[in-house]
Amino acid sequence: MVNLEVKLKDLILKNPVMTASGTFGYGEEFEDFIDISQLGGILVKGTTRHHREGNPYPRMAETPSGMLNAVGLQNKGVEYFCDNIYPRINHYNTNILVNVSGSVIEDYVETAAMINELDKIPAIELNISCPNVKEGGMAFGTSCSSAASVVREVRKVYKKHLMVKLSPNVTDITEIAKAVEAEGADSVSLINTLLGMAIDSETRKPLLSTVTGGLSGPCVKPVALRMVWQVFNAVNIPIVGLGGIMNAKDAIEFILAGASAIQIGTANFIDPQITVKVVEGIKEYMIRHQVENVTDLIGAIKTQ
Amino acid sequence: MKKLVQDFEVLHKEELNDGTFVIDVKASAPLPDIKPGQFVNVLVENTANTFLRRPLSIHFVDYEKNIIKLYIKKIGEGTAKLGELLLGDKLNIVFPLGNQYSIPKNSKTLLIGGGCGVAPLLYLAKHLKDAGNEVTTILGVRSAYDAVELDPYKQYGRIFVTTEDGSIGEKGYPTQHSVLNEKFDYTFTCGPEPMMKAVAAYSKSKNIPCEVSLENTMACGFGACLCCVTDTKRGNICTCTEGPVFNINELKW
Repeated sequence: MVNLEVKLKDLILKNPVMTASGTFGYGEEFEDFIDISQLGGILVKGTTRHHREGNPYPRMAETPSGMLNAVGLQNKGVEYFCDNIYPRINHYNTNILVNVSGSVIEDYVETAAMINELDKIPAIELNISCPNVKEGGMAFGTSCSSAASVVREVRKVYKKHLMVKLSPNVTDITEIAKAVEAEGADSVSLINTLLGMAIDSETRKPLLSTVTGGLSGPCVKPVALRMVWQVFNAVNIPIVGLGGIMNAKDAIEFILAGASAIQIGTANFIDPQITVKVVEGIKEYMIRHQVENVTDLIGAIKTQ
Repeated sequence: MKKLVQDFEVLHKEELNDGTFVIDVKASAPLPDIKPGQFVNVLVENTANTFLRRPLSIHFVDYEKNIIKLYIKKIGEGTAKLGELLLGDKLNIVFPLGNQYSIPKNSKTLLIGGGCGVAPLLYLAKHLKDAGNEVTTILGVRSAYDAVELDPYKQYGRIFVTTEDGSIGEKGYPTQHSVLNEKFDYTFTCGPEPMMKAVAAYSKSKNIPCEVSLENTMACGFGACLCCVTDTKRGNICTCTEGPVFNINELKW
């Protein structure tokens, strides 16, 4: 029997497979395809203090081995989430994490404080890395001082597990990781999307209404893997790895690079059953490699 | 309606002209109830540059044979790869997706399709006729070469063609066809946006309900990615789950 359980400090996951925010709706969208209770956790859609309409269409462009998106945090706001969505999904027998985003620090703080009151939400993922909003978002996650200040203020009101989602659009991601660790982050998740762009040469127009957008999918995996490895060597808090994971082999690579858990994002769009397949694939890998505890694989890359 | 992800088998492939084809795919389990206007999202494998599934209209459903017909025009690498499928090949499909066209009863209905936008109209025509409606279909294409697969519509009603070069049918756009002088109770359309907007304008001028099927680019097809939104009077809503069929009164057209 293999043991898939992992701990992110106090947060216990039955297995290391989670879903990436913005790719899994509120879980309900996948109920026809999988049993959500088989996952280690789900990250629901980015939630902000107030309703956001998101960016105008077109918001998506396919790229080789990936896609660009510029959704822009479309959501109905945290009050709507607490009153209408949370009651529908709080029966899921898995960890439900809310991805919290904002334009100003007060928005993050107020949103986090409201989520703190929800019994069945054991953690939030602080999104200081969304590239698709004009104000806030990634701006917080690209300097040590602003990343530190948003985490410091949220830490004052949020009493449960505080995960911080990091942007890859920085010179040195380890500096940001260390800054949020110092302010009391319980874990870091990385990477959010890479800032990218696509143009239609025939019309000379950008393919996204916002011109630039966030790149995801297997094309970003080598960058993500490198960053997980760098951060693993820089901080002591657990790491949740994501970026182009398409199968169990990819998931294992992130764990070997130092991730305690992983998130599956864009792959959900292509195979809505991919998450449970990855759980099975990790089990199969462990049996084949005679690994008893999945935690034995964390950072177990052989560099010599 | 429960959404499924299943491997289908390519049972039959018919080239309508160079670049347009209909493939019949057989389900491995009995098909669920599929409504006219719904779509599928198919996985295209082994291409260099495509990554996401391809959303395709459901052209027709044959429950007896347990097959779905897909009407495909090669417009890019993904649809070109679908054109290379061989009989017996597997095709992984997420379905049935989206809402449906309304089906009135005992009314005079007008269906207008432009180019490959005609894809969902055959199945709609069947449902309309089954509900006691009179069905008139107009297909708008560039030239006679593109006026393919007209016969199947004849079992459900009348079919007319317009061509831009006048090589068959009436010359012009479908919204210029003389049959529009008749009185209709409902219009249903699918095709290029300028054509659908013209159909919408015609319907508004006649004060009759009009439903359009949008084909916004999408990633998932089931409401998770929020990429395919259309700007409606209710704000940005997903074309894949709240559409693809919209009454024009919902849109800001």
